[in-house]
Amino acid sequence: MVEIRKGWNREEMAQKIAGHIPNGAYVNLGIGLPELVANYIPHDREVIFHTENGLLGVGPSPVKENEDDELINAGKKPVTAIKGACFFHHADSFAMIRGGHIDICVLGAFQVSENGDLANWSTGEPGAIPAVGGAMDLVQGVKTIIIFTQHLTKNGEPKIVKHCSYPLTGKGVVSHIYTDYAVIDVKDTGLYVREMAPEIDFDYLKSCTEAELKQY
Amino acid sequence: MINKIAKTASEAVADIFDGATIMISGFGEAGSPIELIHALIDQGARNLTVVSNNTGNGHIGLAALIENKQVRKMICSFPRTANSVVFPELYRKGEIELELVPQGTLAERIRAGGAGIPAFFTPTSVNTPLAEGKEIRLFNGKPYVMEYGLKADFALVKCKIADRYGNLLFNKTARNFGPIMCMAAKSAIVQAAEIVELGGIDPEIVITPGIFVKKVVEITNPVSENQLISENRRYPW
Repeated sequence: MVEIRKGWNREEMAQKIAGHIPNGAYVNLGIGLPELVANYIPHDREVIFHTENGLLGVGPSPVKENEDDELINAGKKPVTAIKGACFFHHADSFAMIRGGHIDICVLGAFQVSENGDLANWSTGEPGAIPAVGGAMDLVQGVKTIIIFTQHLTKNGEPKIVKHCSYPLTGKGVVSHIYTDYAVIDVKDTGLYVREMAPEIDFDYLKSCTEAELKQY
Repeated sequence: MINKIAKTASEAVADIFDGATIMISGFGEAGSPIELIHALIDQGARNLTVVSNNTGNGHIGLAALIENKQVRKMICSFPRTANSVVFPELYRKGEIELELVPQGTLAERIRAGGAGIPAFFTPTSVNTPLAEGKEIRLFNGKPYVMEYGLKADFALVKCKIADRYGNLLFNKTARNFGPIMCMAAKSAIVQAAEIVELGGIDPEIVITPGIFVKKVVEITNPVSENQLISENRRYPW
């Protein structure tokens, strides 16, 4: 348990991730926090959003009266389809994912380890009902996996750990971690801190990270 | 004359037998063939194995089929969605079996089953608990896990437009598992919002070729699953 400081807010984190997404990228956004990223793509870039339930070209949320039960995203929320969008069935959708055709996926995390292992589908608690969805396919197939998460759990425990204690989603799959405290790149030689929030210094960041952190 | 049109949903599901494996289309509240599932509840076949991405919502459709104790086992990727209340309760009591499959593996197992491929290797789930006990093989130095194709006795699918040959068009993200489930089932039973004359669907844009479909039934105004859930409706009504 460490003193909890205030870092970037969610919008600032989403904006940082959006800045990482290049023009022309095909991007899948995980359910929840990652969906915020779509709001911050710079206007001079054209980015196509994929949702695994069969739509390439996800547009903004509709106003209430235009909601359509049969036009939803993977989080089961109503969406719109942009001009130039297309629909397809689930096997084609996961061929896009597993076949390496999607450039970037932004996902949440329970834990990320020093070598880029990700745990984000199950806490492994007895009595919990396991549910995995498309996470394991996404981490294996998408070229770049970006994690969007708070640096600490609600109880102040580190989420960036030496080894994940929760069941893995995939081994060595994460490329970048964006938290409220820092932006961290996962490399073969370890975790490198690229940027820190204004209130955060390297010593403090190390004190709330179980994994070893390096500076460029 | 080939005529796959059934007059009613109950006629369409009449042949479903106890112990059958049934694939049911839909993702969340989009694309679930609620009227066909309700006809199956009335029909009463039991001890079913159901393959579907989720486990149904509220107390209607697939959730009502489970609640009516007709389902022995679920094969799915995400059994606990926001509106799923029936499955979690039965699962905790040990009254229903669950085979958890990553979503893309589920889709590919269904596609493979329909395409005559008995098994395949995928990178998905390697080094996770879901690969335990499964064969792992290296291709170009990278590990892959073997997964089996999935077939079914029946598929219950919802689409937008059909003809009497069984050619189908779907609606937006309600397409999801429908086309591949039609391929993987010995007998695909499809509810369509509209059945048109032959030639009424441009051959260039047919999504599911009729060869994969056994029966179609016209359900002109399918219920909105979302609306029924918000009204807290239950089936049987």
